[in-house]
Amino acid sequence: MNSQPLLSVRDMTCTWDGVHGCRDISFDLHPGEVLCVVGESGSGKSTLLQAVSWQARPESGSVWYDTRDRGFVDLASLSAAHLRLLARTDWGFVRQNARDGLRMQVSAGANIAERLMAVGQRHYGDLRRVAGSWLHKMEIDAGRLDDAPAAFSGGMQQRLQIARNLVTHPRMVFMDEPTASLDVSVQARLLDLLRQLVADLKLAAIVVTHDLAVARLLAHRTLVMRGGRVVESGLTDQILDDPQHPYTQLLVSSILQS
Amino acid sequence: MNLSQATVARDDHYNFAYLDESTKRMLRRALLKAVAIPGYQVPFGSREMPLPYGWGTGGIQVTAAIIGAGDVLKVIDQGSDDTTNAINIRRFFARVTGVRTTESTREATIVQTRHRIPETPLREGQVMVYQVPIPEPLRWLEPSETETRTMHALAEYGGMHVKLYEDIAQHGHIATTYDYPVIVNGRYMMRPSPIPKFDNPKLDGNPALMLFGAGREKRVYAVPPYTRVKSLDFEDHPFRVEQWDHCCELCGSRQSYLDEIILDDQGTRRFVCSDTEYCTDRQAAGYAGPAAQEAA
Repeated sequence: MNSQPLLSVRDMTCTWDGVHGCRDISFDLHPGEVLCVVGESGSGKSTLLQAVSWQARPESGSVWYDTRDRGFVDLASLSAAHLRLLARTDWGFVRQNARDGLRMQVSAGANIAERLMAVGQRHYGDLRRVAGSWLHKMEIDAGRLDDAPAAFSGGMQQRLQIARNLVTHPRMVFMDEPTASLDVSVQARLLDLLRQLVADLKLAAIVVTHDLAVARLLAHRTLVMRGGRVVESGLTDQILDDPQHPYTQLLVSSILQS
Repeated sequence: MNLSQATVARDDHYNFAYLDESTKRMLRRALLKAVAIPGYQVPFGSREMPLPYGWGTGGIQVTAAIIGAGDVLKVIDQGSDDTTNAINIRRFFARVTGVRTTESTREATIVQTRHRIPETPLREGQVMVYQVPIPEPLRWLEPSETETRTMHALAEYGGMHVKLYEDIAQHGHIATTYDYPVIVNGRYMMRPSPIPKFDNPKLDGNPALMLFGAGREKRVYAVPPYTRVKSLDFEDHPFRVEQWDHCCELCGSRQSYLDEIILDDQGTRRFVCSDTEYCTDRQAAGYAGPAAQEAA
């Protein structure tokens, strides 16, 4: 693994009202590495994701990112324009509800091609070709390129949302409960696809989930959060097989065994 | 020719041009800023006007702010000088300013319009005033005003092509026919008000000053004379204006924007110039279309 981290978070605190949120978060993320953040509802998982991706500004601490053009910089030092460009090109955001991340009134093709148009591509034929190939990669029939996302099933919508994000070849993807609103068989298929994409594209990802199975399948490393703080972190297998913190032990023991 | 136009006299109960002087000054200040930053939407304090929103309150306020006693006013609605809206706005200004009104584009110093730019080329010193329903071109893409302003500030206009992409995907060509988005002076994205895209090329490098007023949305914007105005398109689907297989039935013109008029319940239709003044002028100059030749 590369010694230079892609993302580095140091003593970051981000709260909504001085109480709720996440506190004193520190971690490094290397290129191609998948980090899962697990914990119960209200433990600050989503806040952490928003603060790291600079959608909510942290109160203290810093977030460093290895940008393509300026090297390793503190996100606080970037202009709003630069941050937005970063979010549009080098990052991806996959939301729990695909409807939040998709443009529902336009076709699947337009959804996938939007980011490319946003970075200045102006050739319809090329855009369409790229959109078609991404649909194929997502295991969706290319004939559905001109269908509205509303005509897609939940699993397909989620895959479409992922394609829409990956089309600019981001190096890092933020996912907030990507499989939570899908039924179990569809979840398994999506996880399979995600695992393959992450490996093929060397994507780094931060995945927020309350489902330890997702962490087990996808993540190299896992952070366990409770009450806004990281209570335990380490290799996923280590955490799931040999939990140290009482809360992690509780989490792991609450998985239904087959 | 036009009875109402001849009979209306200046009504001294109203201040010149209806609005009070400080309101007109506020509007002129906003307009100066709009001219200084081509295509940028400048907020202004829109006033209650004696007609409903959507009937041209923005355009009327802009005209009221810039009109002087020596001006000659022309008002167009759907390309026509003699529709209800055009006649009423013309009579309104005749009554509150006493200025001369006209149907001739050449004579006019101010042309207030909805839907069309006259076929007769404009010249330096003339001012076009557009009535704008929704000034924000990014509104369909992004409902939040703070977000659209940020997008304008950072010139993030890539998303606008999504609409054109969708048109081609659904119809095989760019099917947006009016209010076709443009980039002004290589910087700001602008809605040219509901003019047909046929008129978009006339905006580019036009010698006249173009002012746009949206009353309900409280915004003015402008295209100064000789400013670059580029319509959005794709490399492999370039911008094209509408074309017709017909010529105007009345004047035989093949260069003007044609309206399709249904004449009876059997669906008999006829194509005629949308710009009535242009059509009348051509007929007076001896040009005749198929219908006019039959009648003769």
